Amino acid sequence: MRYAMAIDTKKCVGCSDCVVACQTENDVPIGYCRDWVVEVMDGTYPQLEMELRSERCNHCENSPCVRCCPTGASHYSEGGTVLVSKNECIGCSACITSCPYDARFVHPEGYVDKCTFCLHRVKKGMQPACVAVCPTKCMYFGDLDDPRSEVSQILKKRKYKTLIPEAGTKPHLYFLI
Amino acid sequence: MREEIIVSGRNNPLIDPQLHVWHWEIPTYLFLGGLAAGLMFFAALYTIRNKENEYKTAVKIAPIIAPIALVLGLIALFLDLHHKLYFWRLYTTIRLESPMSWGAWTLMVVTPLSMIWTAIHMKDIFPKWNWKFEVIEELIEFFKKHKKTLAWIMLISSAILGIYTGILFSAFNARPLWNTSILGPLFLASGLSAGAALVIWMSKNHAERKRFAQLDLMIIGIELFLIIHMFMGFLASTQVQIDAANLFLGGAYTAPFWIFVVFLGMIVPAILEGMELKGFKIPVAIPVVLVLFGSVMLRFIIAYAGQASRWLY
Repeated sequence: MRYAMAIDTKKCVGCSDCVVACQTENDVPIGYCRDWVVEVMDGTYPQLEMELRSERCNHCENSPCVRCCPTGASHYSEGGTVLVSKNECIGCSACITSCPYDARFVHPEGYVDKCTFCLHRVKKGMQPACVAVCPTKCMYFGDLDDPRSEVSQILKKRKYKTLIPEAGTKPHLYFLI
Repeated sequence: MREEIIVSGRNNPLIDPQLHVWHWEIPTYLFLGGLAAGLMFFAALYTIRNKENEYKTAVKIAPIIAPIALVLGLIALFLDLHHKLYFWRLYTTIRLESPMSWGAWTLMVVTPLSMIWTAIHMKDIFPKWNWKFEVIEELIEFFKKHKKTLAWIMLISSAILGIYTGILFSAFNARPLWNTSILGPLFLASGLSAGAALVIWMSKNHAERKRFAQLDLMIIGIELFLIIHMFMGFLASTQVQIDAANLFLGGAYTAPFWIFVVFLGMIVPAILEGMELKGFKIPVAIPVVLVLFGSVMLRFIIAYAGQASRWLY
């Protein structure tokens, strides 16, 4: 099993509903966020092009954060998701510096926190909060190893990119372009 | 023109607008660890080479600074942790892929070793020293008998400590400035240079001072060579590393790096030490303090600039 997410940059309107849904679902402390929306503007007026991306942890297959963790708190879990066990984390921040996507942060309680792909929901057969709430249905979540899953199907049909593939992290967040 | 902004208002403390999750604690520790590594390396080296009495300061006296530096460094490291009460988790596992795990275990070996070494030489440093308990005297006698073995362990573990202070940074490919294996030897050299400088300062023996001035000069030469190679490597690499190098070649860290680290921390003390070797009278504290200052600045600037360098996307 290999969980992944595909996000349609053509359908995303940048409403940030995914961000709020995540904060609510996961009880993210005020002032912090596990996902965020990036707006990329290219060109000069009037030749402008805009891309909107809802970003979060890439749940990389070759995660630098798991590699550098001195205690094993950062680990691979079900479906290749990258998680942090808070009772093993010493808050040394090595994983934060090792992440090219800046997807992690120090929770006010001291341990390092990040997106979990809402594994607690996924285990119950539900979608991650951000995917479930998206008003334009621009996010797809599922198992890459299952060719019939929504995410496998959409990646077969559409062109996509990943972020900083040259960093060698093998990210599992796909952006449909 | 390309503009990229986070429109949902991400403002995670220590991450935005620019990563600054490692403050003064880490570079301070890296300096103290490097200094201790330098002192212990020379003490071990000259013990193995049977020059204990010729280089008495280096072998017997200066290493007293090592446990002090290490303990202060450990305190700094502890302060850096955000989940402090869980620090013992470091010692419930060995993770070969993680430089920090290597570092934690190296410190577990090096710190007691530095204390044993100091204890062995306590009577050389303070002639009136009395351990009061016979058990301790016996224990010290035991270590004294195996001093050569201790010296070999210390030689290797101090070299690992010195290199590890750089590898801690260079293992992060997410920060292009740090992602160069030259940082390992560069930080080792910088630690050795700081150690040699401290020996010069503490020594009253002319021959020993001369020897360590020569050593320090040589190490400073190696450091300059490594720095040039580091920039050559960056400039011949990918765009992100070219950008990282440009932080020092016209960017925000240009002045502090070249003035504090290279000029005041290496070139000026090298000239002063060279002049002293030629017979000019120069207060020894000046080159020593400059070398130590340069060593501190190198760590701070690399630590801070590294967090400013990032991948583009």
